[in-house]
Amino acid sequence: MISKRQALLGSAGLMLAATLGLGTAMAQETVKVVGVIELSGAGATAGTNYKNGAQMAVDEINAKGGILGKKIDFVVYDTQTNPGNTRAAVQRGVDEGAFAIFGPVFSGPISASMQIAQKAGVPQIVGGEAAGLTKQGVNTIFRTSLNQADAMPKLAEYFKNDVKAKSVAVVWVNNDFGKGGRDAIIPELQKRGIKIAADIATESAQADFAADAIKVKASDADAVFVYLNEEESARFLRAIKQQGYAKPIVGETTLLGAKVIELAGDSAEGAKGHVGLSVDAPNPLFAEFGKKFQAKFNYKSDHNGIKGYSGMYLLKHVAEKNGKFDKEAWLKYAHSAIIRTKDEPGILIDSKWDANGDVDRESFLAEVKGGKQVITGTLPPVSKF
Amino acid sequence: MSRASIFSRIDANLATILIGAAILWFAPAGLKSYGLYVISFWLVMSIAAMGLNLTLGYAGLKSLAQAAFLGIGAYATALITAKGGIAGATWSWPLAFVVSGTLTFLAGVVLGFPALRVKFHYLAFVTLAFATLMFLIFRNEQWLTGGVYGFSNIPRPTLFGAKLNNDLAFFRFVLIVSVLLSLAMWWMLRSPWGRAFQALRENPLRAASLGVNLRNYTLLAFAIGSAYGGLAGALYAPLVEFIDPAPFAVSASFVLLLTVVVGGQGYFLGPFLGAAFSYVLPEVLRFTGGLYLLVYAAMVLILLLISPQGIIGIVEKFRERRRQKDAQDQRDASKAMLGA
Amino acid sequence: MDQFIQLILAGLATGAIYALAAIGFTLVWQTSQTINFAQGEFVMLPAILVLMAVKFLNAPLPVAVLLATGMFLLIFGLGFKTYLVDPMAKHGVLPLAIATMALSILMKEGAKDGFSAEAQQFPSLVPEGVVRLFGATLSLRDIAIFLVAVVAILALQFFVTRTRTGRMMQATAQNPTVAKILGIPTERMILLTFAINAGLAVLASFLISPVYLAKFSNGEVIGTAAFIAAIVGGFNQVRGALVGGFIVGLVDNLAAAYVSSAYRAAVPLALLVLVILFKPEGLLGSKEERTV
Repeated sequence: MISKRQALLGSAGLMLAATLGLGTAMAQETVKVVGVIELSGAGATAGTNYKNGAQMAVDEINAKGGILGKKIDFVVYDTQTNPGNTRAAVQRGVDEGAFAIFGPVFSGPISASMQIAQKAGVPQIVGGEAAGLTKQGVNTIFRTSLNQADAMPKLAEYFKNDVKAKSVAVVWVNNDFGKGGRDAIIPELQKRGIKIAADIATESAQADFAADAIKVKASDADAVFVYLNEEESARFLRAIKQQGYAKPIVGETTLLGAKVIELAGDSAEGAKGHVGLSVDAPNPLFAEFGKKFQAKFNYKSDHNGIKGYSGMYLLKHVAEKNGKFDKEAWLKYAHSAIIRTKDEPGILIDSKWDANGDVDRESFLAEVKGGKQVITGTLPPVSKF
Repeated sequence: MSRASIFSRIDANLATILIGAAILWFAPAGLKSYGLYVISFWLVMSIAAMGLNLTLGYAGLKSLAQAAFLGIGAYATALITAKGGIAGATWSWPLAFVVSGTLTFLAGVVLGFPALRVKFHYLAFVTLAFATLMFLIFRNEQWLTGGVYGFSNIPRPTLFGAKLNNDLAFFRFVLIVSVLLSLAMWWMLRSPWGRAFQALRENPLRAASLGVNLRNYTLLAFAIGSAYGGLAGALYAPLVEFIDPAPFAVSASFVLLLTVVVGGQGYFLGPFLGAAFSYVLPEVLRFTGGLYLLVYAAMVLILLLISPQGIIGIVEKFRERRRQKDAQDQRDASKAMLGA
Repeated sequence: MDQFIQLILAGLATGAIYALAAIGFTLVWQTSQTINFAQGEFVMLPAILVLMAVKFLNAPLPVAVLLATGMFLLIFGLGFKTYLVDPMAKHGVLPLAIATMALSILMKEGAKDGFSAEAQQFPSLVPEGVVRLFGATLSLRDIAIFLVAVVAILALQFFVTRTRTGRMMQATAQNPTVAKILGIPTERMILLTFAINAGLAVLASFLISPVYLAKFSNGEVIGTAAFIAAIVGGFNQVRGALVGGFIVGLVDNLAAAYVSSAYRAAVPLALLVLVILFKPEGLLGSKEERTV
């Protein structure tokens, strides 16, 4: 009996070794990029957008002959929005000899995995916005969107000068994205003499926002700041409009997204705020991207789709500038890269990466009018380039 | 089942553990970090599942909080060992290991005592509430746990003055701890106390009439099962080196329950097979892209339809059939002899 | 005060949804003594099926609704009973409960991969608009949800206690063996129970999807809330689910406003534990002597 079990165990072990040992020989004509992205769990929606955006860029690049003559071999591993799985997936990508890791989007999984990429010196292009990510001395991480620490001061100014609010109710989603935004905006508002009238945490994937909307209304603040993921933003807008709320509803990127407007319908009317990336920005490249995305995936991309797409072009542009696939050279160049759309249309907007991997670029003020996001102003980058 | 066959089965279990450990000690020499990580992860989750198997498979209690116990252990370990450790590099992890086990054992007693007083299967509901509360605490109490940002830079333990930074060394460390905990479980189940469980499971009424104090025994089983969750957490934290609340959510507890049933509840080796199914198979199925959860769920459904006793149930079915065939052969043979 | 009244009204509207979903738990519990962990997904899926029919078959909405309803009743009423509950029930409660857990993953991932990872708008059968009540605002949709849910549950209650078929169903649930001896077609009764369960899930799905939006992951939230509601109200009573649903809806809303929004999820569960400790059979439940 024992010997049989032993044999069973042995063969199982062999199978395992075959799967985990990864003796896959890499074809010379391709460069491997491993996506480690939230395709299930709490981050599924954001992750799917990020993946689709990246996939679209890969298809385009490969159709035009790839990067430096090599096609991109883009495989995506799901993280289940779970740090342990993310770590495994990034480790696997590194072991497989990936030239770069693409993702994840949520900050928790990024924190869990960025040391792995750093140890191996593999560039990691992430979708996370939490301020802490680029403060830990990890030299392989690159953002694809503004750091919350850069975006929130812009928004606080907006509250003070445009909205002219003396007090603000803050509604945020209790995950790393929402908490990060809340932690970044509250001191900025207080610094400008604006009172926090209510500080309301909500759950991710929350369906019923009636109680939160009632609380905002009862707080009697001059305006409400809504920092939720897209779908929750839509549900919140519906709930608060139902309460007959007529004061300014201000958000950052997500609140004014196409998806929110689609889902919230009339309730989104009049919502305004600051937008980092948007397919509706007054920029023909964004609009073109939006059209291609719609055609390919049959729905409207959110900012995560843009992040994935432009992130892949960051990878391509820097590799081409180096003229070779050398991770060290890639990191070195990217840490002070200024990429303009006239050189690389795929980047969609002039962008500058700094030594921490933070990105700086123009951003927009917008408002929902007539069921559409309308850009009302353009804000310059934090530091001119 | 006769006493003799129980012994032979338990010894087979012991042999499997020891031989398996020996194979695992040498086998991964060729594996890269990823492979070592996945196998280490499997072992850690096997320990948590082993504890739940004691609670569920042997004592028949449904706990929906095993991942919360895992979390308590992981956070306790992170707090004790991070930033140089509160008891120095060498002793912090052993301290964390003991604290993790103790905390979760006590939590098991405190939870189980009132719940079991009322009605047995209400433990499931009480543990569900507990698991939700623990998740919220992990997430909300940022000053202690790091909240939604998580807890990073959890160090690997130091053994004999050397830090186990090397993946192979750490894997072997996990292996040693797993084997020791498995042996402890094996010994417990073989002790008179463990046999009282077998009696309890097979015939609660008779066990009660024989003077087995049902409530105390099951309470102790639940507390020890929970403590195994905490001890697994003490390995989980340094393995991943980062924790946030997500892997300790209620849904993770559900997956652990699923793991134990899929492996074969009440079988000693069940948790190892179940954990392989739940935590290694998804890695193997990565080639399916985003579809693997679909494949995984379908496999679980089909498996349970074929064999409600889980993976081990299939093995047992074959053995049972073989035994009956052997018996039949023997009968035939003796009949033939008698006839001759 | 305004705020309080508003919260109570919102809580009742939410509670009605929970109640509708909670009945499913009690029905499956009564007939098979198991917990259907896929109950939340049962409420999630019908709306998705409608949208799929619209998208892939180009069906007009009424046709899509009929098609989705029919398909759901067939697969998750008849099919669920015949291919999952029946073969597994004889092996004890736990494997079946775990199988429903796997089923819930399967439904969730199927909806995501087969349809969309994104939330979708779902057409409302009730016009938009609000009415004012005691200084609080209430949408027509909330009122409709409340009314439909309450009427559905009361009708079911009436059916179960006052009609011949309903009483046969109840007898089958309480003691299948005796029911069989008494000549009740137990098989058909059990099937009827599952059909009602699926039907209520469809109803709940169509009612809430315009508000919560149709999304693959919605089942988790609804399932948990309904589960708590079922226990609080009493697992073995239809009207228990009604009361449990309202209590959970109210407590959840009041907790979010007056206790702590970060800990709101724990408050209904704390209530649940109190109920278990002091009235284990649920608020309206009757004692049952079963060794499960």
